[in-house]
Parts: sequence; C-alpha cells; structure tokens
Amino acid sequence: MIARHTQGWPLGPARDVSSELDRIVRDLGRLVESPRLSRISDISAGVYPLVNVSQDSENFYVRSEIPGVKLEDLDVSIMGRSVTISGERRVEIEDPKVSYHRRERQGGKFRRQITLPTDLDADKIRAQYKHGILMLVLPKADNAKPKKVSISE
Amino acid sequence: MVADTQSIQAREKQEVVSTSEQTTAGPVFSPTVDIFEDENALTLIADMPGVSKDNLQIDLREDVLTITGVPIVSIPQEEIMIVQEFEIGKYFRQFNLASTIDQDKIEAKLTNGVLRLTLPKVGPAKPRKIQVVEG
Repeated sequence: MIARHTQGWPLGPARDVSSELDRIVRDLGRLVESPRLSRISDISAGVYPLVNVSQDSENFYVRSEIPGVKLEDLDVSIMGRSVTISGERRVEIEDPKVSYHRRERQGGKFRRQITLPTDLDADKIRAQYKHGILMLVLPKADNAKPKKVSISE
Repeated sequence: MVADTQSIQAREKQEVVSTSEQTTAGPVFSPTVDIFEDENALTLIADMPGVSKDNLQIDLREDVLTITGVPIVSIPQEEIMIVQEFEIGKYFRQFNLASTIDQDKIEAKLTNGVLRLTLPKVGPAKPRKIQVVEG
C-alpha cells in the first residue's frame, strides 16, 4: 500500500474547495484503479527515484524523474526479472561566500530495484536519459507475450 | 558543508494552490529550488525534469520573477499504467525579488531538467556630489 500524506489537509486559509476535492478524487482514483503488482517494489517513504511503470503487449516501460545527473553517474542493470537503477546525483558546491535563501534540492546516492512480473528479453532493453527523465523500454520475453490460440471444432 | 554522500530521500511533488484559475487542465507543481546570492548576483537553481528549452518560460517584471515549465509528456494510448508513483504536470513558481536585476545580463542554462538562472544585480548608483547653492 502506498503510504501517503494528503497534503494540505485540513483546508488552509487560501484553498479552493473544488480544486481540493478534485485533487482528492484524483488521488483516490489512482489508488483504487491502478492494480498494484505485488512485489514490484516496496514503496517505503524516502525511496528514490520514484517510478511510473506501464506496459503494452510487447514491452514494459519504466519512467523515472532524475534531474541533474551526469550519464557517468547513472547506472541501469538487469538480472532476471529485476531492473536496478542506481547512481549519484551531485548538487554543485557553490562558493562558500554565498548566502542561501532556499535550499530545497538534495544530492546523494540512490539505488532502486524494480521487479517485473514476467521474464524479459535482456538483450533488447533500451535506456534513454533526456531532460532529466530516465526512460527504460523492457521487452517481454516471448513466453510472456499474449498469443492467440486457435480453436478447432 | 560535510561532503558525506548519503541516500537521497524521495519526496512527493508540491502542488501549487494559486488564487487564479488555470486555463489548461492538469496539476501544477512547484519545482524544488536552491536560491542563493552574493554581492554580484542572485542565482536560482530549479529541478524541472521533462522540461526542454522550448517549453520553459522565465519572466521578470516589476521585481517578480516567474518560472513556468511544461514537461514533455507522450504516453501512447496502448500503454497501460501498472504503478504510478509520481504525477506529471506543469511547473510554476514565483518570487518577489528584493534586489534590482540587470535584465540584459541574465543568464539561463537548462541541463538535464535542471535550470540554473543567474540574475546579476544592478550596481550601486555612483555617488554624485551635489552642489549646494546658498541663496
């Protein structure tokens, strides 16, 4: 179960009720509609990077937002049905004389393992990192793709 | 600062609650930023994954800095979402600047979804000797 705080609850002073309701409906829709694959990953608070996983009949698609990482600091590896995204996000060290007004961005190491529900065709996996988004295309093994069965009378 | 490399913590995106309505559908998020300054310039660094140069707007008028970014989203119809841990939406954040900025010298650099914006401050007015006339 994804543990989440519903942000901004109870309603704060400048909140618009209908947009707050929209947000709650969207969150509920997401929790209820998308079937959670057991064992795709343990989503405990703090695990980075967050991923969106989708599929069609041919492939699994994993998208992850990891802005500001150098290619040499980013690693994708596969073993069996598991894909591991790991690396380090470095936040530039600025001149010590500057004074910060906001410091919200974090740097650090990360490692995330995702297990897919079917066998994969390891040789045909594609990974692309563009505009800070990592996109993985994981082709399903032949035995995992749907096949039509002909029925005889 | 201690240069320890620890693990990054994942955080949910902060949704923007604005007093004016959006004309386009979808959630709007506030990008995480670092803001710092020295005597010469104010620097802002914002994480906006999925945003390319063409979908980024930086506006500075009347001492209000506004950054808007629209991430590239292209998910084909045939793809079915299995797990969704993050949402995708526009980025929007506004700041009131205390210093006056030399608009001609603003530098913006977007790399791997990270915007680095350097806003040089206008130099102090040169001291002018004012003649006093007695009369």
